[in-house]
Amino acid sequence: MNLHAIRAIYLFEMARTWRTLMESIASPILTTALYFVVFGAAIGSRMGEIDGIEYAAFIIPGLLMLSLLGESISNAAFGIYFPKFSGTIYEVLSAPVSYIEVVIGYVGAAATKSLILGVLILLTARLFVDYQIEHPVWMVSFLILTAVTFSLFGFIIGLWADDFQKLQIIPMMVITPLTFLGGAFYSISMLPPFWQTVTLFNPVVYLISGFRWSFYGVSDVNVGISLVMILVFMALCLATVWWIFKTGYRLKN
Amino acid sequence: MESIISIKNLSKTYASGLHALKDVNLEIRRGEILALLGPNGAGKTTLISIICGIVNPGSGSVLVDGHDIITDYRAARSLIGLVPQELGIATFESVLATMAFSRGLFGKPHDADFIESVLHDLSLWDKRDEKIMTLSGGMKRRVLIAKALAHEPDILFLDEPTAGVDVELRHDMWEMVRRLRERGVTIILTTHYIEEAEEMADRIGIINRGELSLVEEKTALMNKLGKKQLTLTLQQPLEAIPAELASRPLELSEQGDVLVYTFDCHEEHTGIPDLLRDLNEHGIDFKDLNSSQSSLEDIFVSLVREQP
Ligand SMILES: Nc1ncnc2c1ncn2[C@@H]1O[C@H](COP(=O)(O)OP(=O)(O)OP(=O)(O)O)[C@@H](O)[C@H]1O
Ligand SMILES: [Mg+2]
Repeated sequence: MNLHAIRAIYLFEMARTWRTLMESIASPILTTALYFVVFGAAIGSRMGEIDGIEYAAFIIPGLLMLSLLGESISNAAFGIYFPKFSGTIYEVLSAPVSYIEVVIGYVGAAATKSLILGVLILLTARLFVDYQIEHPVWMVSFLILTAVTFSLFGFIIGLWADDFQKLQIIPMMVITPLTFLGGAFYSISMLPPFWQTVTLFNPVVYLISGFRWSFYGVSDVNVGISLVMILVFMALCLATVWWIFKTGYRLKN
Repeated sequence: MESIISIKNLSKTYASGLHALKDVNLEIRRGEILALLGPNGAGKTTLISIICGIVNPGSGSVLVDGHDIITDYRAARSLIGLVPQELGIATFESVLATMAFSRGLFGKPHDADFIESVLHDLSLWDKRDEKIMTLSGGMKRRVLIAKALAHEPDILFLDEPTAGVDVELRHDMWEMVRRLRERGVTIILTTHYIEEAEEMADRIGIINRGELSLVEEKTALMNKLGKKQLTLTLQQPLEAIPAELASRPLELSEQGDVLVYTFDCHEEHTGIPDLLRDLNEHGIDFKDLNSSQSSLEDIFVSLVREQP
């Protein structure tokens, strides 16, 4: 293991995070705060409880996931896309590092940033609603697993993208709809039976459901299944990254 | 002499179908300065990129100090520092931060003193806290060199290090390259400035259309291919070269006042005494005479032209 290399990449990426702290943290927090004002305070007061949970509190895990997924993907995608775009990637390619070390460095930094963001959103939410966390250890585990998995996914997008549009298209066109339709704002038991079945093909459902369970002890699908789904997705991402580095796809001509 | 890089039957075809390297065989000697010359698109950067791990090789093998660049890439790459041709480092971090990054990436523990000494060597110490994107092009080039040296490599690749660089910096770089060689670093550089190869290199390789057409000691190359010319400035212009002298390799300038005699400096008989005697007999007086050896540039141009 080239630990010095992992450290160098990680610190380098984190330095970028601190440099751009305002843009990268302020805007998701502001967005989340707006959701709370609109859905929590304004609309939520007219909504009944869902699964015995006040609506404003019910949407917290989903909102957090919405930001976490989007930010993990875009942080990690940009982190590797930029050196590819500017040409500085030559240094990483010519260094005595394995792909695992490169991934740990870049994905670790992106996930760290997402986690910081996640904590800040939780604190922001506290200003609007009084929520509880029934299973804190699981909550933190889900948070970390999700941040790491989707940073990996973003890393793949960054490797794959060869222009800025592609960099943004996946988060915009895929992740946002999947999250909105994944039960961030409602319980899937509120849907007609047919749509309930369709929804089960949406991987984000499992994330949000498991995450909400760690808060309130209620879930749309079994927590074990949620966990397995995240791990499967993570394994898929790892396999893809391994293949990319092995073949040099879009990296080494 | 022992070789530090051994390239065997290396070929590369890009996805576009372009045959960028064709069966290249090259032994690079430990401690030498090898200059690779060749026209644009000849394959110099491709060759370097393959050795450094940036481009996948097609077929063939490369050993760096006995380590295969694919199966034993960690050992091979640890030995190499690369200064790429493209600048591409318009980034926001400081010079010191990027140096720490480069050194760490190559698996070396942080060493503030060493980094300071490299930055001093390249006159970058004053700029250590500046953002790279705010530096001038020449300064960025220095930063790239400093980054390549940050992990104390045994082998340094310089891909057109002096392109777009002013005279002073170019001389600084030559100085630096010499100092590195004294420390035993093997240096491979590419350049389009032939005088640079002439000035720096121990050996010269010429690549043309993906083929390594020649690798030679610089002095041997210049001797072997070097033609000398004797230029005579005449007292009185001639209308034509006298018929008796026409068989000799002589050329008369347009004004008829300069005679140029070309000879091979390796022939035992240069024919100069005979020529001078004959000129004397024909009453051709000259007021000045000087001889010159053809430069590497002439050799290069004639080699690259020779090939279809
Ligand atoms: N990524 C790539 N994909 C396809 N073709 C490429 C790629 N990189 C280089 N080539 C082609 O390979 C050939 C060799 O290019 P290379 O950059 O090695 O030349 P070079 O000798 O370094 O030239 P120069 O003196 O201009 O730097 C060129 O025809 C170039 O167009
Ligand atoms: Mg080149």
